Amino acid sequence: MKVIYNTLFKRTSTYAVAIMASAFFFERAIDVSANMIFDTVNKGKLWKDIKGKYE
Amino acid sequence: MAATLRRFNGLRLLKSTPALNLQQAKNLSSTSSWASNNKKLIGAIGAVTGGVGALLFALEQSVEASGSEVHAPAQPWSHRGLFSSLDHQSIRRGYEVYKQVCSACHSMQYIAYRNLVGVSHTEEQAKAEAEQITVRDGPDDTGNYFDRPGKLSDYFPSPYPNEEAARAANNGAYPPDLSYIVSARKGGEDYIFSLLTGYHDAPAGVVLREGQYFNPYFPGGAISMAQVLYNEVIEYEDGTPPTQSQLAKDVATFLKWTSEPEHDDRKQLLIRVIGILGFLTAISYYIKRHKWSSLKSRKIVFVPKEK
Repeated sequence: MKVIYNTLFKRTSTYAVAIMASAFFFERAIDVSANMIFDTVNKGKLWKDIKGKYE
Repeated sequence: MAATLRRFNGLRLLKSTPALNLQQAKNLSSTSSWASNNKKLIGAIGAVTGGVGALLFALEQSVEASGSEVHAPAQPWSHRGLFSSLDHQSIRRGYEVYKQVCSACHSMQYIAYRNLVGVSHTEEQAKAEAEQITVRDGPDDTGNYFDRPGKLSDYFPSPYPNEEAARAANNGAYPPDLSYIVSARKGGEDYIFSLLTGYHDAPAGVVLREGQYFNPYFPGGAISMAQVLYNEVIEYEDGTPPTQSQLAKDVATFLKWTSEPEHDDRKQLLIRVIGILGFLTAISYYIKRHKWSSLKSRKIVFVPKEK
């Protein structure tokens, strides 16, 4: 905890960078996992599952 | 927020309070200090909210037996779940049904061929579908209007040029535009399915005029659309047996998609929203515990002044 505080949260500059970087990774993680859940739940029903038959 | 607190509580929550009062959280409750007007206001808001909720619930639960139509039973649609997408193979078959059966009388003027791309058809297939229609376009360089094959950006063709022509061709009944029909009818896709499969001989005592048919799901019972879906009335390109219920199910799914093209995105977004709000709830809970930890665990000792 101390290390994180001293390297990231102590100075406003690094704190801002840490916020932006973590926002990026958080967003990506949420997007990827949401898509994965959606595709798993709906396997076989989506266009990307059936388009192989028509190309 | 602070202003609202101030209004209901005076300065009680905003000022630091003698610590003895804080030792038990229940002492933080400030309802005892509310003015009686505020109590009445809050009470009234609560009563109105509860009353409106109860009214809505009662209306939704009511049997609605006073009408003359049968209410469509809920079907086990594969897109019914909270996260369930539409069945795109079914949308594609439903488009075939619409094109070969429904479009003879019903327009669908808000759906363009480009909308099919990536939903039920590839781009080439959608272009091929569009090229089958003829579109009046113009004016060209010489000011004349001309006919051309359809493009991806063209909307589905309407069978009649205007409502009057449609009424004249259908005994005065207007075949509604089907673009948003699932959203526009109570019961949605269940209603469409039941209507298409629910044709019966009229029971004794029901008088039908010329060109009318009996359908218990249609308000009033007398519908001007004849039964159109029979077993094997069309052939599916993917080889699915075209039974009447299969045709009705597929076209209802297709119409569900035309009414709610954002259906799949919406449900995908729900997963995202649950993820983010769950995360934020966890953080809020942690911060609340964090901030209260010192408040709840501190001990205040009274040390009398020595004389």
